[in-house]
Formats: sequence, structure tokens, C-alpha cells
Amino acid sequence: MFSIVEKILSRASGQTNFAVDEYLSCKVDLAMVHDSSGPRRLAPKLAEMKRKLFDKDRLAIITDHFVPAHDEASQKIKRVTEEFVHRENIRHFYPEEGICHVVLPQKGLLSPGMFFVGGDSHSTTAGAFGCYAFGIGATDMAGVAATGEIWIKVPQTRLVTLTGALGYQVFAKDIILNLCGRFGMNMAEYQALEFAGEGIATLSMQERMTLSNMSAELGAQAGIIAPDAITSEWLDAHAPERTLVDGMPDTYWQSDMGSHCGPSYNVDLDTLSPYAAAPHSPANAAPLTDHDSPEFTIAYIGACTGAKLVDLRAAAKILKGKQIASSIRLLIAPASLADQQAARDEGLMQIFEEAGARFLPTTCGMCAGYGVDRLGAEDICISSTARNFKGRMGDAGSQVWLASPASVAAAALTGKLTDPRHLVSDI
Amino acid sequence: MKLVGRAWVFGDGIDTDVLAPGRYMSLSPRELADHCLEAVRADFASNVETGDVILAGENFGIGSSREQAVESLKILGISAVVAKSFGGIFQRNAFNLGLMCLSCPTLDLSNLREFDLVELHMKAGVLHAGKHSWDCEKLPEFLRNMINDGGLIAHLNKQSNAKEDK
Repeated sequence: MFSIVEKILSRASGQTNFAVDEYLSCKVDLAMVHDSSGPRRLAPKLAEMKRKLFDKDRLAIITDHFVPAHDEASQKIKRVTEEFVHRENIRHFYPEEGICHVVLPQKGLLSPGMFFVGGDSHSTTAGAFGCYAFGIGATDMAGVAATGEIWIKVPQTRLVTLTGALGYQVFAKDIILNLCGRFGMNMAEYQALEFAGEGIATLSMQERMTLSNMSAELGAQAGIIAPDAITSEWLDAHAPERTLVDGMPDTYWQSDMGSHCGPSYNVDLDTLSPYAAAPHSPANAAPLTDHDSPEFTIAYIGACTGAKLVDLRAAAKILKGKQIASSIRLLIAPASLADQQAARDEGLMQIFEEAGARFLPTTCGMCAGYGVDRLGAEDICISSTARNFKGRMGDAGSQVWLASPASVAAAALTGKLTDPRHLVSDI
Repeated sequence: MKLVGRAWVFGDGIDTDVLAPGRYMSLSPRELADHCLEAVRADFASNVETGDVILAGENFGIGSSREQAVESLKILGISAVVAKSFGGIFQRNAFNLGLMCLSCPTLDLSNLREFDLVELHMKAGVLHAGKHSWDCEKLPEFLRNMINDGGLIAHLNKQSNAKEDK
């Protein structure tokens, strides 16, 4: 009786007999770094250890934090990254295409059953594809780069059951904000979460990515979703020549009945309403209409968790044929070039433009506060991103509210928290 | 391996912002360490001595993944942390940077006074303080070795050097 997590750890460690809280050494199928966590940190540590990269084809490098390189420091990071890629002959290098967690699956690099680590806390996103995926720090990543292995303490696999189906104008972001509000940011106590139940089958891959991505905000090491027909179809479309892990069909990677342990959680999608989190923590989440609304100065649709094609579609539905409030600026940073192109093909970019939005590059942008566009001390922002910690998106005096892309778009029309269910009736 | 040191006693929820405050993160590691824990004990950095041990309640090190939270304790000379529970990423970072951190769910902080001498037996996973003793988690040998070597990088470094010597 094994959970999907235990099946993956068993393969990665070569051990079959282990229990929760035991330590294992696991072989990494794929590691990913971006420009901030990548070569500039790895190269000196590898040199210090006199080690070579364990396998150049198992390290993906995707630049998204310090791009476009707007100042000297960013240009230096870009140069260091490119030199490393050239020297090590890295095959999976995707510069300035989009946010690493969104680009990675688009390149066909993920397959269910993989043991994956990333140099970024939202590396949990790959869990949506049935991988065991977690974020690690610079020292950990240097160890992986040198040896191809990493130690892990076997986590509980805690079950998050989604019953029913999401209603009109309610999204995966609202599911996560509901959990953050009810259980706080240490809900998972660094154990693994598995999202399951009939509600999962109603969610697209990009919506599932939002659940796995923000498992980090629930304090989980990983947030996994067992593959189903929707997963396989998506992967076959993006990676027609993908190799199955151990030659096993995708459906092998499932939890056996009764294999979960620790606390379990439930979200009833049928009755879920749009949520919003007040500054300065995702744990300040409550039903959107329960909050007293401030007057927003900026609405931001961006980030790995909030500007994928499905997110842009949701926002466009709200904005179609309308104008944003004169008191607010709407900034949109599509999560990747592929998402941006698809949005353009579907006419979404035109809808945004006509509504009065301004576009930013397809990078982490304002979410991580690294670029030129940052919130000022007076700004009150409503954002489709994952975190609203004090000062993260700019000045320490700025305030950030979190909500789904549809709710952010609705707020852009009125300048205030607005229930997106009350705005559209024609589509 | 046994370790003896003076105890500093803290309660629940000592987070990474208390250990490495965000507003000082741009300072050098040494300067940052001077602000470690100041929000809860203003005199910590000035009175801590090499070899001191921290005893704490639930969720020590909860919060961000910043390795500086561990690094600051190392710079100040803390030899080990025993807490009822840890933030998961903090404990990972601690092992990787060579700081001994053992969870001890039954630890009763009311039986402890500041600067009591405590004894930590790493291999057996037992903490002694005066007449009291508590069972802590037992780390596997590879982790104990890694921590003793000074962390993951030093541990791999040692392995590389050992290979070269052959």
C-alpha cells in the first residue's frame, strides 16, 4: 500500500522498505535553476568542491528573474549564465521565454513519476504533472549539481479532497486561498499534499498547476496530482516523443487506497466563492465579499500562478468590450511567450489593449520585485500572484491583495474589490 | 558524539524574519548575525558564546527558505538547536550548512532555565538537562557525518580531496 509520493521515492532511492520520517538518498531525474538561483551560485560552489556537473542534460536553465537585463548587475548575471551554458554545453537552456515553472512543461521535460528539484520555492508546480517536485536552496542545489543525488526525509502524503465542481467565475486560485485562509501558511508542516477527488477531473492542466504552485504557500514540500487522461493528453501534445518513467504508463503513478496519512482536508468546489487575501499574507484570505475594499491604484495580472493562458482567458472574459477605471492602472505580464502568442491568436491581447491595459515582458516581473516596474509606497495593488508579503513587489509601504485573475480584472473595472460573478452575463 | 553547552530558551514560532530580519538582508553575513533574534531577545547577539545551545518550542525557523537564518546562528557560535518542531526548509538548510538541529516533541521548556548546562548525545538522540532527559530524533549516520564535516559542501569537498589523495 503506497501513495504516489512513496512510489516515486521508492524508484528514486532504490529502496522499497521505508517509513515516514526515514531518510533516503534519491537520484534526481531533472533539476532546474533560473538566472537568480543558477550558474552565478552553482559555478563557484562546483569549483570549490572540484566537481563537475553530474549530467549536463539533466539540468534545465530557464532565465526569468533578472530579465530583461535592465541594469549592470542584471547584465552581469546574464553573462555569467550564458558563459556557463556555453562551457557546460547545456542542452535545455531557455532564455527569456517566460517563467521557469510554466516554460518547463511546455518544453516537454516533465513526465509523471519523475523526481524533480528546482532552485525556486514554486518548483512545486511540476507536481501537477505527477512528479515529486520541490524547491531547494543554493547549497542543496550545489550538491545536486555535483552528485545528481539529494537526501530527503520521507514525508506524510496528506490528502486534499476536492468535491464537486467549480462554479461560474471561481478558479483554482480561489481553492488555494480558501485553504490558506482556513489553515494558514504552515498547514502542511513540510509534508506532501496530494490533491484528489472528483473536482480534480474538472480542472485543466494550467489550473492544476496553480494548485501545485501554491502548495508552497500552504507550507508543503510538494503538492502532487496523480496523472489522468487530461495529464496524458496535455503531455502527448507538448512532448510527443516523451519517454515514460521506467516505461510505466502514466496511470501507474497513483496512490493506493488507504495510503495517505496525517491530517486530511476538504474543499467543496460547489459552494466555493471567489476569495481575496488582504495584505501582508496569503493567510489573510476570506471570501472576497467579506472584505472592506480599499481603492486600488494598480491591478496586476502576472506570475507563474496567475498569467497562464487559462488565467488570461478568465481575465479577458471580464474585460471584453469594457474600460478599466480611470483611477487604476492594469498591468499584464503573460507567463510565457507561448501563452502570450496563444492569447494573441485568440484575440485576448486585443481585448486587454482596448480595455486600457499595459503589457510587461513575459518574466517574473513585478511579482518578485526584481525588475524596473515596482510598487511605490502609496500603491495598493490587487494581484494574481502567489505572495503578498510586505515589500515583496516593491516599496515596504505598498500593499498587495491577492485574488484570481478574473477577480483582479473585475477590480480593474471598478477600482475596488468586485465579485466577478456580478459582472458578466453575456458569455 | 557528545556536546555540552549553555542553554538559551525560546518559545514557539521563532521565524526566519526573527533569525535573519529582511531589512538587514543586504548587510554582510557578520553584520546580519548581529541582529539575529533581537526582536525577542535584544541582548542575544552580544551575550551569546561559542558552543551555546538553543532550546525552543514549536516551528523553530518557520518562514522563508533563506539560508542566512542558519548562517547567522553558525556565525554567532551556536552549536545545536533542539526544538519541539522545526520549519522543514530551515532544518534542511541547517543540516546542509552543518548546524545540528534535532526535533524533540516531548521537550518541556518549563523545566529549563536560561544558561543551564545541557548535554546533547547526537548518536543516541538524547538531551540531558540537570535531572531531566528527553528523547530527540535520531539522525542517520550520513547526516551526522555531513553535519560534523561542516555541511554539504565541506562534506563533498572532503570526499573530492580523499579521492585525489588516492
